[in-house]
Amino acid sequence: MPLPETDLDARLQAILRAFEGVEAPLLEILHAVQLEFGHVPEGAQRQIAEALNLSRAEVHGVVSFYHDFRTEVGGRHDLKICRAEACQSMGGEALARQAREALGIDFGETAADGSVSLGSVYCLGLCACAPAAMLDGTPVGRLDGPQLEALISETRR
Amino acid sequence: MGLVHEIDFGTPASRSEAPVTLTVDGFTVTVPEGTSVMRAAMEAGIQVPKLCATDMVDAFGSCRLCLVEIEGRAGTPASCTTPVAPGMVVKTQTSRLKDIRRGVMELYISDHPLDCLTCAANGDCELQDMAGAVGLRDVRYGYEGENHVKARSSDGALNASWMPKDESNPYFTYDPSKCIVCSRCVRACEEVQGTFALTIEGRGFDSRVSPGMHESFLSSECVSCGACVQACPTATLQEKSVIAIGQPEHSVVTTCAYCGVGCSFKAEMRGEELVRMVPFKDGGANRGHSCVKGRFAWGYANHQDRILNPMVRDSIDEPWRVVSWDEAMTFAAGKLRGIQARHGVEAIGVITSSRCTNEETFLVQKLARAVFGNNNTDTCARVCHSPTGYGLGQTFGTSAGTQNFDSVEQSDVVLVIGANPTDGHPVFASRLKKRLRQGAKLIVVDPRRIDLVRSPHIEAAHHLQLRPGTNVAVVTALAHVIVTEKLYDETFIRERCDWDEFSEYAEFVSDPSMGPEAVEALTGVPADEMRRAARLFATGGNGAIYYGLGVTEHSQGSTTVIGIANLAMLTGNIGRPGVGVNPLRGQNNVQGSCDMGSFPHELPGYRHVKNADVRAVFQKAWGVEISDEPGLRIPNMLDAAIDGSFKGIYIQGEDILQSDPDTKHVSAGLRAMECVIVHDLFLNETANYAHVFLPGSTFLEKDGTFTNAERRINRVRRVMSPKNGYADWEVTQLLANAMGATWSYTHPSEIMAEIAATTPGFAHVSYEMLDERGSVQWPCNDAAPEGSPIMHVEGFVRGKGRFINTEYIPTDERTGPRFPLLLTTGRILSQYNVGAQTRRTANVVWHQEDVLEIHPHDAEVRGIKDGDWVKLASRAGDTALRAQITDRVAPGVVYTTFHHPTTQANVITTDYSDWATNCPEYKVTAVQVTPSNGPTEWQEEYAAQAERARRIEAAE
Repeated sequence: MPLPETDLDARLQAILRAFEGVEAPLLEILHAVQLEFGHVPEGAQRQIAEALNLSRAEVHGVVSFYHDFRTEVGGRHDLKICRAEACQSMGGEALARQAREALGIDFGETAADGSVSLGSVYCLGLCACAPAAMLDGTPVGRLDGPQLEALISETRR
Repeated sequence: MGLVHEIDFGTPASRSEAPVTLTVDGFTVTVPEGTSVMRAAMEAGIQVPKLCATDMVDAFGSCRLCLVEIEGRAGTPASCTTPVAPGMVVKTQTSRLKDIRRGVMELYISDHPLDCLTCAANGDCELQDMAGAVGLRDVRYGYEGENHVKARSSDGALNASWMPKDESNPYFTYDPSKCIVCSRCVRACEEVQGTFALTIEGRGFDSRVSPGMHESFLSSECVSCGACVQACPTATLQEKSVIAIGQPEHSVVTTCAYCGVGCSFKAEMRGEELVRMVPFKDGGANRGHSCVKGRFAWGYANHQDRILNPMVRDSIDEPWRVVSWDEAMTFAAGKLRGIQARHGVEAIGVITSSRCTNEETFLVQKLARAVFGNNNTDTCARVCHSPTGYGLGQTFGTSAGTQNFDSVEQSDVVLVIGANPTDGHPVFASRLKKRLRQGAKLIVVDPRRIDLVRSPHIEAAHHLQLRPGTNVAVVTALAHVIVTEKLYDETFIRERCDWDEFSEYAEFVSDPSMGPEAVEALTGVPADEMRRAARLFATGGNGAIYYGLGVTEHSQGSTTVIGIANLAMLTGNIGRPGVGVNPLRGQNNVQGSCDMGSFPHELPGYRHVKNADVRAVFQKAWGVEISDEPGLRIPNMLDAAIDGSFKGIYIQGEDILQSDPDTKHVSAGLRAMECVIVHDLFLNETANYAHVFLPGSTFLEKDGTFTNAERRINRVRRVMSPKNGYADWEVTQLLANAMGATWSYTHPSEIMAEIAATTPGFAHVSYEMLDERGSVQWPCNDAAPEGSPIMHVEGFVRGKGRFINTEYIPTDERTGPRFPLLLTTGRILSQYNVGAQTRRTANVVWHQEDVLEIHPHDAEVRGIKDGDWVKLASRAGDTALRAQITDRVAPGVVYTTFHHPTTQANVITTDYSDWATNCPEYKVTAVQVTPSNGPTEWQEEYAAQAERARRIEAAE
């Protein structure tokens, strides 16, 4: 559901005020905005550029560089499967396939019912407990098929 | 002839003076410390293969093609990012390097179209050159994998990585399929232009150049300066003219004919056809940069509206009759001589053009003085920078700016008053912004929040948003703070200025009535802000003042110029790099037209006609008596015309009806004359009242010189034949000879020789010298044989710098119940002056009509919405245009431009003018703004008259 314009404005301005005087605050502001709204709306990028006296090209360059910043509304839950080497060697790709099939979406997409966004991540630092994944910021190690199924059904509730 | 080849050293020159010696491929080379290995190699004549490096921007080290081996160092460092070290031994070609480079090129080419033969950059492509240089013969990866090149893969599936060509900019295209993501365009936009309109979006294989937030070039923040196009090593960013015509085969260095920055360009040609204008790196004013006007807006030279044959008519109510040059000259000469016979020698005059060359201007004033026999010569500088001439002449002794543009690179505090460089003088603005990004401080004095006040990476320390018309009060208040807080440079003043005059001035400005607190209510500038700005300017290091028409075009224009000179002397900011007083000249040759004796009281070199010894010089050279009576200024000519004593005028390259204030007064004056001769490219607005039209030639069609705002004499070189048959100086000569003179100039260099022989500041200037050195800044004579980049180095030209009291006297133009708002006027980036040239180019996509900027509060109480038609009325007249609601202007102030004749903003402006020089008060007019349905009655009448006056009789 798109956010009402005025609400977005007020909350964004509050974030921008909180970072006044902080040196090179762009990334921190983007994190704060994503935390607040679940994504970094285009309108917000323009206002951030204006507030920091940057060009909108520069803000767009930074936002588009980091895969974790999204410019569209994501799902209510955020499931990321690690697809780096260690996890691959421990069956991570099978889990990746399972997640895709179970949700009916590809990586980088959001389920039609808005319940969950599926993403790839390249190493969570959990190689010792591979294969790993992360749900809504919480890492999960030693993942197997049934556990992944449980995680997915959790997002569906 | 061939193309003028410029060496690309790969990285910018180092400013250090400490030498470092190293060996590159066995050759010993000595370069300044801090130079890159790549640049050092190029200095030795060895070109290291490169793609992402170019000497207009800092080294980036991304293409990995310029790798070298250095004895004693591991690996293969990039030569662009590696600084030289003493005794370093560099190898640029080894078998290891060759393999690496070929591998890198293979990867580049695997994602690049192989359409070299049909590509617009064929023959001017660095990627092509490098593929040749590294010996690329095969691409092992094939072309079928993931790519940005093909819209569809071979099985017909859409390629999501492919992006279509962006042709939104009228002058260049962006074809992402040809992009190698070297970032040169992004860095040029940031470092050279300072707009930051481009970025690389995404990462890895998804990386693409993006204008704005994945927008089209036209809708992005791009200002179309062309720096990115110039930086692009491929056809990704390509001039549309090159796509249409092909690669140029020869080029000629010449000077832009737009603003007073005076950028040097290479006119790249195919035969007599101009393919593109490319900024010239050796240009002293622009150092390889350009703006949208000079770079791209030259299409007017070929516009269908150009009039190529002379035309005459007996009355302005008749249609024009096309005639031969002979007939036109006989007609014009007969009329002018007839007027003189009936009404006296003084009844005719000339207006010289600040757009024409020095040589042409010199001839036009010579026409008045030697052929007409009077001093009735004036120039459009009357309406822009005449107060500069007066004010700086009185205080310093010369009527010119004190610095070169390079000087800004050493400024610490820059005070910009009444100028909008990002729009009016864009290339200087880019150089200023570069210095500001390095940490220099900026103070802006302007009624509008111009872009310099705040735009990406630039923020003024202080914006003194004064009420229009209170410049003198502000400048004097700044001096008050500096004097009363004892922040002045006593050593400088004692050495360079007259101490008694200073003491008197100090007493004058110290009066509390001059202080920021006392004038706050008047100027609208908070006293505290004013005090802090004054302290910053006085104590912040090298302080430079740049000012424009917002200073001069006031009833106290000359007083403000004097006040500015006072500020510079008070703070010791004269006579070295980084400081000075710098008028930003509006037109390309305002400085030159003033130097060339265009003013009615001054012979060339600013010498009064009363001086018998100066007259003697010219009397000897020209073999005629010269009148010692100063002639008429433009406004006096018009007044005299209405009175019936002034009957004929020759106007070269100026459109006084549109550019001069109080349009109705101008048209009445012109209508009262018997013979108005307009010499121009187009049937301009003034030509509606003309009896003789002499077609002009463009700057591309003639030889000559322009003198820019830094006194730099730049060569203008003919690259094509005049479409009208004659260069402008030849036309003036034809007219002079038709009136009985026996001029026999065969080339402008002969005119320059005459200027040098008669005018001390130009004594050493000759075409040979200019061809050899590129350009020279006057004075250039025995005292300064190399020219004078900075003036008043040892002492002021007039001896001691002179402080003059600057008392604020409010203009007679006041707001009241009928006209409660103040109108101020200005320029916009894409248009130039009356727009005769730029309106006839694709620049209109950025500015199709003049609009009225109005503050939201003022708009709301009048019920005006953004884009509404509004009527703008003053005591002088009224016009209608669309409103643009913005808080760039303060409440109570409205703003517009005068680029379009349909608006004729000058019907609003009054005939109030500067007390010393008659420079019109364009910048302050009391107005009322009301909602409206469309053009006013006056505009409709004007348009109908213009249409009638432009009829041309059909050929029989």
